[in-house]
Amino acid sequence: MTQAELMIVVYALIGGAIRVSTPFLFVALGECLTEKSGRINLGLEGSLILGAMVGYATSFQSGSPWVGVLAAGIAGTCMGAAHGWICKLPKVNDIAVGLAFMSLGTGLAFFFGKPYIQPSAPRLESLPLGGWSQNPQVQQALQVNPLFFVGIALAIAMWWMLANTRAGLTVRMVGDSAASARAMGVSVDLVRLLATAAGGFMAGVGGAFLSLSYPGSWSEGLSSGQGLMAVALVIFSRWNPLRCVLAALLFGAAGALGPALQSIGISYGYHFFNAAPYILTLGIMIASSRSKSAAAEAPRELSIVK
Amino acid sequence: MSSASPSRAVTGSGRHLRNPRLIEAAVIPLAALLAAVILFSVFLLALGKSPVTFFSLVWTGGFSSWFSIQNALQRAAPLILTGLAFAIPARIGLTLLGAEGALVLGGFTAAVVAIPFLGMLPAPLIMLVMVLSAVIIGALWVGLAGWLKHYRGVNETISSLLLTYIAIAIVSFLIEGPFRDPRSANKPSTLPLGPDLRVGEIWGTSVHWGLAAGLVLAVVLWVLMERTSFGFAARMTGGNLRAAQGQGLPVGRLMIACCAIAGACAGLAGFFEMAAIHGQANASLAAGYGFTGILVAFLARQNGLAVVPVAILFGALDASGGLLQRRMEMPDATMLVLQGMIFIVLLVSDTFYGRLPFLDYNRSGDRT
Repeated sequence: MTQAELMIVVYALIGGAIRVSTPFLFVALGECLTEKSGRINLGLEGSLILGAMVGYATSFQSGSPWVGVLAAGIAGTCMGAAHGWICKLPKVNDIAVGLAFMSLGTGLAFFFGKPYIQPSAPRLESLPLGGWSQNPQVQQALQVNPLFFVGIALAIAMWWMLANTRAGLTVRMVGDSAASARAMGVSVDLVRLLATAAGGFMAGVGGAFLSLSYPGSWSEGLSSGQGLMAVALVIFSRWNPLRCVLAALLFGAAGALGPALQSIGISYGYHFFNAAPYILTLGIMIASSRSKSAAAEAPRELSIVK
Repeated sequence: MSSASPSRAVTGSGRHLRNPRLIEAAVIPLAALLAAVILFSVFLLALGKSPVTFFSLVWTGGFSSWFSIQNALQRAAPLILTGLAFAIPARIGLTLLGAEGALVLGGFTAAVVAIPFLGMLPAPLIMLVMVLSAVIIGALWVGLAGWLKHYRGVNETISSLLLTYIAIAIVSFLIEGPFRDPRSANKPSTLPLGPDLRVGEIWGTSVHWGLAAGLVLAVVLWVLMERTSFGFAARMTGGNLRAAQGQGLPVGRLMIACCAIAGACAGLAGFFEMAAIHGQANASLAAGYGFTGILVAFLARQNGLAVVPVAILFGALDASGGLLQRRMEMPDATMLVLQGMIFIVLLVSDTFYGRLPFLDYNRSGDRT
């Protein structure tokens, strides 16, 4: 590999990391908020796929991609709220309910999405931030979608709110000890319902990024499990929204590895490199599973860490 | 809520309610299924489609003729095995999503392990090697999730799902790379198996032997889980991990064994899908049987014997999909929507166990 080729790979990797990480970022922030309230939602994968379809269809019908993003968020909110409502019933297993919502969301998206596979909807415009450089690869890599910055702003806002506001404290208290929350007169079910619904909104927006920006069209193979990997990503970032940004970028880079190598003609092992984010996730989970500091930072009401 | 009144013990109605646990195990899933059908009918009506036409087509496509029954049974065969693959670890308290990966890996391994032996060994021996390798690779792959759970504390649901994604990616890499049959231009596949290595049909039917294997395994695993000390220890671990550890049960080995059994079932399903249906390994192996098996197991309440009728029901639903597409012009995702609705209603129904107003729980005798 020559130096020029190496630079092409590096640029493609940076650009790919930014593009691929955006849906990871949104869905991870949604999962982070849900888990902070003490519940796990594996159904965000369903919200993500449904959001991708609804966002694309709304953008096609209304002509405005941002209306599509909003509609995707609303679709995700409905899924999240339904998940939150079912999980408050006694004896219901939140992991299994998440799986059910994953299959229902996928089914609804494929069912209503059939007519939208062919037509071309208006996309979200990316900001050309690479104008300062003469290098076309740099310009290509720095075509950054505004949603990426929305995601980073959301992460900072969520981190600040969880640490400094009454609402944030309430969410953390419900997640750490439902009994003390009840003693304080807080409705545990309501807080979890709202947190799950808000998490669904973020996952829906993440899905809209998939269909409206990158890859930028609606198809049934659009999601590669980002919604599920979000669970692992949140464990990796130890329930901290700021670390979610770093984790999403890392996963984005792992996911961009195959396409980046393909850009210089190394297509052998493309599918193998596709496995990179999953292998990375598994490795991280094995490495952090017995970590004492990870256990200390986990919300204590969470079923998967008990 | 359920105070036992002495008078009910001698009345007729009291005698029928001998074991409330058994009654609710039958009543609640059936009621949930009915509720899901009603919910789905509302969904169809909202779209201006007729639910009556829909369910009569499901009947036609799945049960009405010997042809459609065979079609349903053919599709039920892998679902029995993947349903067992979820149900067995569920009894020890593990939620495993690794069946799809083990199925794909098993099918692929069986397809390529035959190649070096072609012409050297008689066909039945090669077939034995194929079955064994599919079962062993499945058991190892899913067993890894159990090992990670016990020895590293890694959540088994997420690790098994990641293992599924990894398995599918590795298999597609190997099928498109080193093991690709150069003649498979459009759809990368491994070398097709000769007719002597294909799994045949059960005498007098067009259903392959995978169905028989599923039925036998369902019975064997039911006996294992309900009538042996292994099964008792596994169920006790699932009920109360601390108590099982306190009694000195080998919890880790039990968990890994249950996961390995699950992987073996899924690997076997992969072998039959490859050797009976496709004849070579390609992307068609990842058809979602592993994920539908989860729903099958939930509807069967993780009971190995109940998995069989539930798998046949879903096989029939699957078999009628093509008919529905042609006659009602509905996309193939219709079945996904129906399955998702059944799944959600079923989980909501979990909340009614032990709380049915017409059952007298204090009369259950041995258990309360």
